[in-house]
Amino acid sequence: MRADYFAKKKRNTLSVLLILTVITLVSIFITEYNVVKGITSVPTAVQWALSNFYPTKESLSKLPDILEKLKETLLVSIAASTVGAVFALFFSILGSNTTGVNPLIKSVCRSIATFFRNIDVAAWAMILLFSFGQSSLTGYFALFFGSFGFLTRAFTETIDEASGSSVEALKATGAGYLSVIFQSVIPASLPQMISWVLFVIETNIRSATLIGLLTGSGIGFTFNLYYKNLSYDIASLVVIVIAFTILSIEFVSNYVRRAIL
Amino acid sequence: MAALLEVNHVSKQFGKDTKALKDVHFSVAEGEFVSIIGPSGAGKSTLLRCINRMVDATSGEIIFDNRNVLDLKKKELKTIRTKIGMVFQHYNLVNRLSVIENALHGKLGNKSALAGVLGLYSIDEKEEAMKILNALGLADLIYKRADQLSGGQKQRVGIARALLQNPRMLLCDEPIASLDPGSAKVIMDHLKNISTNWGITILVNLHQVDVALKYSDRIIGINNGQVVYNGSPKNLTKDDIQLIYGSEAEDLIFDVGGIHAS
Repeated sequence: MRADYFAKKKRNTLSVLLILTVITLVSIFITEYNVVKGITSVPTAVQWALSNFYPTKESLSKLPDILEKLKETLLVSIAASTVGAVFALFFSILGSNTTGVNPLIKSVCRSIATFFRNIDVAAWAMILLFSFGQSSLTGYFALFFGSFGFLTRAFTETIDEASGSSVEALKATGAGYLSVIFQSVIPASLPQMISWVLFVIETNIRSATLIGLLTGSGIGFTFNLYYKNLSYDIASLVVIVIAFTILSIEFVSNYVRRAIL
Repeated sequence: MAALLEVNHVSKQFGKDTKALKDVHFSVAEGEFVSIIGPSGAGKSTLLRCINRMVDATSGEIIFDNRNVLDLKKKELKTIRTKIGMVFQHYNLVNRLSVIENALHGKLGNKSALAGVLGLYSIDEKEEAMKILNALGLADLIYKRADQLSGGQKQRVGIARALLQNPRMLLCDEPIASLDPGSAKVIMDHLKNISTNWGITILVNLHQVDVALKYSDRIIGINNGQVVYNGSPKNLTKDDIQLIYGSEAEDLIFDVGGIHAS
């Protein structure tokens, strides 16, 4: 009996491994990917990057321009996250199991948020290109929709997790709906919510770069411009500036997170 | 003494065939200390929550202070709830707020929406909170955050919050189930004191039969959603306990006779 139990577990593990291997092999076959060539081309790529992809003295003259674009991207990302958070707070309160007022509104709020969340930010950018053209507004709305969808989900879970029991207690004292929200739900969930907003600001700055490529705005566009002009030295400077920014934002948000939690 | 609370033929059904309460019938007089005992899942928590309509009973009537709670509209229900304090097994405090803020939550029921949203409390209300926290031995802890307290201290904050409602009755749902024996005694002594000296009616769910016997004026035994015992702790016999706890009674680790003797 017991021997059989362990044999069965082993069989399960083996079959999962087998299935993964088969999927990998089939994909390689279909895409005609040459494993050996793929691996051997890595050193060549590194060599090319080292000989072309670094900032030169002349490229530094473009730094003010790059920083200007970077500022735009940063502000757009932050605005999209914070405005998204305000809407998300509203929808999550109405959509949460703890604080929702009625089942219909609850499911409508949840469905709207799911809709916005499940369409990727890049896909939003492409859809919005039709309405707003190549402008930073497109990027802003794409990030806003994505952040709104994600934050609604995150906030809903935070509310359910952090405040379920105290909401029950405050309802039992006869407190009104708004009092319960402001005296129990908000204080209990706020630090966690701020932490989620910081997380979304970080990811938005990352996606903003990619979205800039699509929408022709911000730092992503700057990178694209110099890259396509074969000005690899300036393009590499853009990459370094982006990497530096992301690292410092992460440092700052980690610091804030530690301070509030 | 007049009955403050009457529970008449109350039933509660969850889903299609789960009957949590079946024709529950009892009354509680003003100032009485009543314990409800029974095995886990017998319907004790559901019963307490039906009284302040945190859970809606399926049928029957619950008369509190001469009004049928089950008929009340939303606004009247809030008014009735301000007269019924509730104490929870897991304290249900807002962990990130201080002791005094948590206690003052008991005042929210009497506030306008705006004052409630902004958390505006008058000097009188704050002084009343200080007085009650003092009486519960929490004077040194008023500015501490709730999540820094021990279980017994948290439960005393929970009681303070309920008392700040100026309630006529306290519903206590397993108030000592998560506490060590020392803290449990402190909590039960406070509840007894509130009942005797403040004249507040107390209805408490308990797991510990010995505690129920020691503190209550009356015991209500519930098994499988039905009241199977309703009477003085003095008359509670081994057979009654067997009736309340079913086959588990064989293994109960205390002696009724011993407790009556002491």
